[in-house]
Amino acid sequence: MKTKASKSAVIGTLSALALSVSMNVAVAAEDTIKVGILHSLSGTMAISETTLKDTMLMLIEEQNKKGGLLGKQLEPVVVDPASNWPLFAEKARELIEKNGVDAIFGAWTSVSRKSVLPVVEELDSIMFYPVQYEGEESSKNVFYTGAAPNQQAVPAVDYLMNDLGVERWVLAGTDYVYPRTTNKILEAYLKAKGVAPEDIMINYTPFGHSDWQSIVSDIKKFGSEGKKTAVVSTINGDANVPFYKELGSQGVAAGDIPVVAFSVGEEELSGIDTAPLVGHLAAWNYFMSVDAETNDSFIESWHAYTKDEKRVSNDPMEAHYIGFNMWIEAVKKAGTTDPKAVQESIIGVAVPNLTGGYSTMMPNHHITKPVMIGEIQDDGQFEVVWQTSGTVAGDAWSDYLEGSRDIIADWRAPLSCGNYNTKTAKCSGQNF
Amino acid sequence: MPLPRSVVRLLPFFVLWMCVTVLLSLSLDARSAEKDEILAQVSALLVKKFDDKARAVALLVESGHPRTEEILRLIKDGELYYRKKDDRLFSIPLAETGAQATDLLDATAVVIEKTRDFKKVTLNNLMRGQIGLALAEIGLKSEDPKQREDAVRKLLGELSDESVAVLRKRIGAEPVSAVRELISIALAVNDLKNGDEAARLLAVERVEGSLEPPVRSALTQVAETDASPVVKQKAQLALNGIDEQIRWYGMVETLYFGISLGSVLVLAGIGLAITFGVMGVINMAHGELIMLGAYTTYVIQQLMPNHLGASILVAIPAAFMVSALVGVAIERGVIRFLYGRPLETLLATFGISLILQQAVRSVFSPLNRSVSTPEWMSGMVEINPVLSLTLSRLYIILFCLLVFVALVMVLKRTSLGLQVRAVSQNRAMARAMGVRSKWVDAMTFGLGSGVAGVAGVALSQLTNVGPNLGQAYIIDSFMVVVFGGVGNLWGTLVAGLSLGIANKVLEPWAGAVLAKILVLVFIILFIQKRPRGLFPQRGRAAEG
Repeated sequence: MKTKASKSAVIGTLSALALSVSMNVAVAAEDTIKVGILHSLSGTMAISETTLKDTMLMLIEEQNKKGGLLGKQLEPVVVDPASNWPLFAEKARELIEKNGVDAIFGAWTSVSRKSVLPVVEELDSIMFYPVQYEGEESSKNVFYTGAAPNQQAVPAVDYLMNDLGVERWVLAGTDYVYPRTTNKILEAYLKAKGVAPEDIMINYTPFGHSDWQSIVSDIKKFGSEGKKTAVVSTINGDANVPFYKELGSQGVAAGDIPVVAFSVGEEELSGIDTAPLVGHLAAWNYFMSVDAETNDSFIESWHAYTKDEKRVSNDPMEAHYIGFNMWIEAVKKAGTTDPKAVQESIIGVAVPNLTGGYSTMMPNHHITKPVMIGEIQDDGQFEVVWQTSGTVAGDAWSDYLEGSRDIIADWRAPLSCGNYNTKTAKCSGQNF
Repeated sequence: MPLPRSVVRLLPFFVLWMCVTVLLSLSLDARSAEKDEILAQVSALLVKKFDDKARAVALLVESGHPRTEEILRLIKDGELYYRKKDDRLFSIPLAETGAQATDLLDATAVVIEKTRDFKKVTLNNLMRGQIGLALAEIGLKSEDPKQREDAVRKLLGELSDESVAVLRKRIGAEPVSAVRELISIALAVNDLKNGDEAARLLAVERVEGSLEPPVRSALTQVAETDASPVVKQKAQLALNGIDEQIRWYGMVETLYFGISLGSVLVLAGIGLAITFGVMGVINMAHGELIMLGAYTTYVIQQLMPNHLGASILVAIPAAFMVSALVGVAIERGVIRFLYGRPLETLLATFGISLILQQAVRSVFSPLNRSVSTPEWMSGMVEINPVLSLTLSRLYIILFCLLVFVALVMVLKRTSLGLQVRAVSQNRAMARAMGVRSKWVDAMTFGLGSGVAGVAGVALSQLTNVGPNLGQAYIIDSFMVVVFGGVGNLWGTLVAGLSLGIANKVLEPWAGAVLAKILVLVFIILFIQKRPRGLFPQRGRAAEG
């Protein structure tokens, strides 16, 4: 009897404890809105992604100073997927199911995005993806705030062709999905413009390639045959530094063979002595040097937040800035943070970007952005030498690729499809 | 009334003074007019659109103003700035708070208070080309024959009627034969394009054997499209000769690239040849010891920013010390408990490599650090227009040989080397002879690690200095050591160089990705056939 009583007492206390714990969780969940940050803080991609984590923390802190969202404070939940692609999926699931975040900001490489994709779709959450990518995708649950190929690669090639009179092309890239798809699109585009196949040289190198002697020498030879030559580089990450060093030491000057890069920004340049690279180009939707008030104040708060006057800002940071503000506006519009409601309310939301204009979320979950070409300066910054007169809307499905030409994405009712074939009038079964 | 004598005596002076003043003021007027002229032309550069800027540069060049060259150089080097508030132009060699800005027109100096007050007069590639050509035409009159040669070469690529006229005038007055030769080739290239049949025929003979790229493209065009069959045939012959030479130099170049890649592999692997080869420790943190060496270079450069050239020399012993100390710490702290258990050693050192990586990430941030190349290491040695050797690579090849020789000397000639060899050949016997084998183990590991650090100094000149630097080289290092034969320094040297050359020979026709795979497959097959590598150790030592 006695033991029974004590047993039940124990059970009672335990259940009370459990109850209070669960209540605590509930209270905490009601107090704040949770925002997931899914960027690698260790491993190979930490070099690029750590900055984005800091950017998100800064944006959330600023928003909280402004009074939060819907009368609540925002609470960042930071996880580290450690540059490990499958871990991205696990961590995304953890963020949504265990931490109960209402939106995820994260991923850098396409393969990490592809890894998260099934998870956010299954749990019907939302993710903002801030990096320029190869396109050919539009998910109900992902918002692509970086550039699609038509917002970066194609305008850059146009600039080289029309303004610099380039006739021969070297498409050099790292051997993975983004460069391969981008180069496929560019090759089709160049051929459509009448460039002969022998005037296009395509070259792929492994990740982290560090010995560029032969390739740079090949490029030099390819470019010395009388026609103006340019290199379109989709070389990724760490491989860029030795590539540019080799260009510098073999004396390939921008005046002779300009290199236009799609993955080299201010952050990457901060690891190189840029004096030999002056005049080489990069295509982005944002440069730190852009003269705009929003940009000046963003850089100021970034310096204050990092307590480092020398920290640079770059294009994916701007993408997160735009994506975060779009999410805030969409939540305000919907009156709730429920991902389903936000998915609908965010389409058509326009927020200021950092280059003095506005970016709008399109029905295909891509955004409108200006396209800029910048030349590398000796202080590690870019100087804008060309830009589109207005903004360009991101095109999920390239118009230059067989098979994706007829496909459109529109997530508004009644179509609600990321992969709609206008010829057969069918929405492909897949979600993206 | 006659003037007083004294005044009369002074009169000539007075007149002279008057004349001088008038003349001076006249010349001052001229100078200020000249100023206005420059001002008008240079401020035309302060427009936003690059097309308009290019037009302003063209006007400046046409004016033939004496300061044209100076101003063009300032623009080209990005040293021409304007002050935002009053659009005055300044030349600023170094845009930093506290640095000096010199007014372009009256040469008054101003101290920069805020760098944001000044903005650079920017230019794009088209303007850079335009300025380059304009400077080349000016450079033709330079005192320095090297500059004249560069100028002619620049013009050779983009011949226009004006530059041809300038070159024609120049050729008679040119005292240096090499430059004269180059000018005559430039004129011949022009004849190939615009001359009549006789001139074209002569020109083909004239350019025969020249390796300048514009010559080849001009000849190709003639050989394909020329109206006269004779010229066409001659051009084709000349072209064949040139192509033959280019092919030959291409082979030399590939060999050089191979040796240079090989020297990097040897440098990265040679430390491992000691720790793995001599001691038999599978050290997965070897790459991170290289990385530490590279970071030491970065730190030394930060410590002595005004002596970039010397900093790299200081960095060599410093990097050796840092990596050697870390190596000794690893050996004393972890590895000595694991001798004879290779699997545990492998896992433990792999863990250490991750710890070192993350430590560097926390201390230096995950971003790459910028290590600049000193003046004496940048640039290239131009042997001819199709073959030039990059200087930094040349130094690294030499450095690699130096490190190799030093290491062989240490092992062969010093008492430490003797003890190392003794312990590695027969530990029990060496101990019986009074060798402190534990101390020797620590020193050997320190030596191998220190050499890895030295390799890091060399690599900092070629690749990223970042937390992932080591990972990129660990596989290659093991490959070289295993292929060369464990425990043999000569094997490492031969293996590294031959793998480098094989890689570079394969790369042009297989692509970088496939070349790497092919080399790896070859090594696997080779190890199947000869498990002990190229130069196996013989005798009893090999069994232990």
